[in-house]
Amino acid sequence: MLRIFFVALATLFIAAPALAHPHVWVTMRTELVYAPDGRITGIRHAWSFDDMFSTFAIQGLDSKEKGKFTRGELAPLAKVNVESLKEFDYFTYATADGKKVALTDPTADYWLDYNDQVLTLNFTLPLKTPVKAKELKIDIYDPTIFVDFSFDKQNPARLVGAPNCKLDVQLPREMTFAEGKKLSEIPADEKNTTMAWGAQFANKLLVHCP
Amino acid sequence: MTQVPRPRLTQYVLLVACILLFTAVVDYALAQPFGMTRGGSPPEIGGFTGWILAKQAEFYRTLSGLIRAAKADGSAAYTLLGISFLYGIFHAAGPGHGKAVISSYLVANDETWRRGIVLSFASAILQAFTAVAVVGIAAALLGATAKAMGNTVRVIEIVSYALIMLIGLRLLWVKGRAFLRLLRGEQQAHQAHGHNHGHDHGHHHHAHDHDHHHHHGHAHSHDHNHEDDASAWGHAHAPEPQELTGKHWLRRGLAAIIAVGLRPCSGAIIVLVFALAQGLFWIGVASTFVMGLGTAITVAAIATLAVGARGLADRFAKARPGAGMLLLRGLETAAALVIVFFGAALLTGYIVSERLMGV
Repeated sequence: MLRIFFVALATLFIAAPALAHPHVWVTMRTELVYAPDGRITGIRHAWSFDDMFSTFAIQGLDSKEKGKFTRGELAPLAKVNVESLKEFDYFTYATADGKKVALTDPTADYWLDYNDQVLTLNFTLPLKTPVKAKELKIDIYDPTIFVDFSFDKQNPARLVGAPNCKLDVQLPREMTFAEGKKLSEIPADEKNTTMAWGAQFANKLLVHCP
Repeated sequence: MTQVPRPRLTQYVLLVACILLFTAVVDYALAQPFGMTRGGSPPEIGGFTGWILAKQAEFYRTLSGLIRAAKADGSAAYTLLGISFLYGIFHAAGPGHGKAVISSYLVANDETWRRGIVLSFASAILQAFTAVAVVGIAAALLGATAKAMGNTVRVIEIVSYALIMLIGLRLLWVKGRAFLRLLRGEQQAHQAHGHNHGHDHGHHHHAHDHDHHHHHGHAHSHDHNHEDDASAWGHAHAPEPQELTGKHWLRRGLAAIIAVGLRPCSGAIIVLVFALAQGLFWIGVASTFVMGLGTAITVAAIATLAVGARGLADRFAKARPGAGMLLLRGLETAAALVIVFFGAALLTGYIVSERLMGV
């Protein structure tokens, strides 16, 4: 009786919906823009897509010069990109002193450029209401992990116009071999409680202001 | 007259209810990351799933470099195929509804493991073929944009998901009815058992036929009441023996193959477009089919497990006539429900199998 119950459970577990894995990698450079009065007004993103996705995205697009695209030629694609990101809240989540900060749709000056076979999307997300915060936290991630985000190694993020504030970038560190091994040893049917994956490997920006 | 101890009916109804509840709970829990929660901290994906996801992402990431390398040096192509194969194996172990639908289909239909392997391979190869066809025709021949390809995939997706739902509904109709019939029959047999002591056999038989004249399965089981339960079980179990043998299963299986294999893998499409841009379309095609082979192996392994689990349930059912059969039918109905659920959830976008981002 007990055995058959477990067999039934096992069968259904196999049938349970699983999560996806990324097909798009984004390397980010992010600027946090402050007003002279010390309130943050917007988040300026430059997202570079991986080479495979970049190639896929420009497939079939016309350009005057082969292999080169002007901003104008990429404008229709940029529009599609930005519009489809809306559904996912631009993968950007901000809190000011623990309270959720509302972001609006990007300003009209967004654009795509294509350099060294890499497509980069530039756009600015304004805050609905600029805020002054002692502690500002910004998370950038895809909850469905179709897109893998990571900060640029050299220029991950910077503050624009906030001389007294301190920026702390929490890079998602690589998983060590030991961690990978440990993770793989946790049985599939057991919830991983010993290793907080998402929290440790997330992209976080922390800004502390006086 | 009753030598066989009869496990309580309620016990089994309860079990089936538990299974269904379990599916619902698992689904709910796993559905959380799918856009249900916004903001807050990222979802925590750990354990085996996390490892699988990390592995396949790692393999996928190396593909572009290997395609570039293959352009300069032909021997890199072998490494590319090796990695494609591994990617396929891990890819199928992680996301995707294919293995779930195929496994449930096998359980519901009481198919053999051999058929499971055939279904797994056929659907994986079809999936590779669709990817090659979409990119080959749309991108290579017509010069279509990524957006146009995305739209094509979306149409294929809808057809595929609708087909999954149809297969599930058909199975639910057949298996669910058999389950309900058995459930009612079980109660009837319970009552009949009491009657047998006091009533004239002929009279009882007449009354029974009057009530349920089209339930042959039950009539049969009733006639041999408790003396030949195995035969009653067998009869109810295989109402369509000709359907389970010969080419019928393949014709039925074809719908499952198409439903699961029609939708091309997003990863394969991106790899193919990338290879095309490098002027190495053929190597993308080879990589896609090798990926399909890897996928097939994983799906076949999981399908075999599901068939094995079903076999255990069969053995259990044989040991406990009547109630055991009820459990089996319940299991089949649950498996059919899982397929319906997947079809509906995928169609409505409640779960997203894969996504071609931002294009």
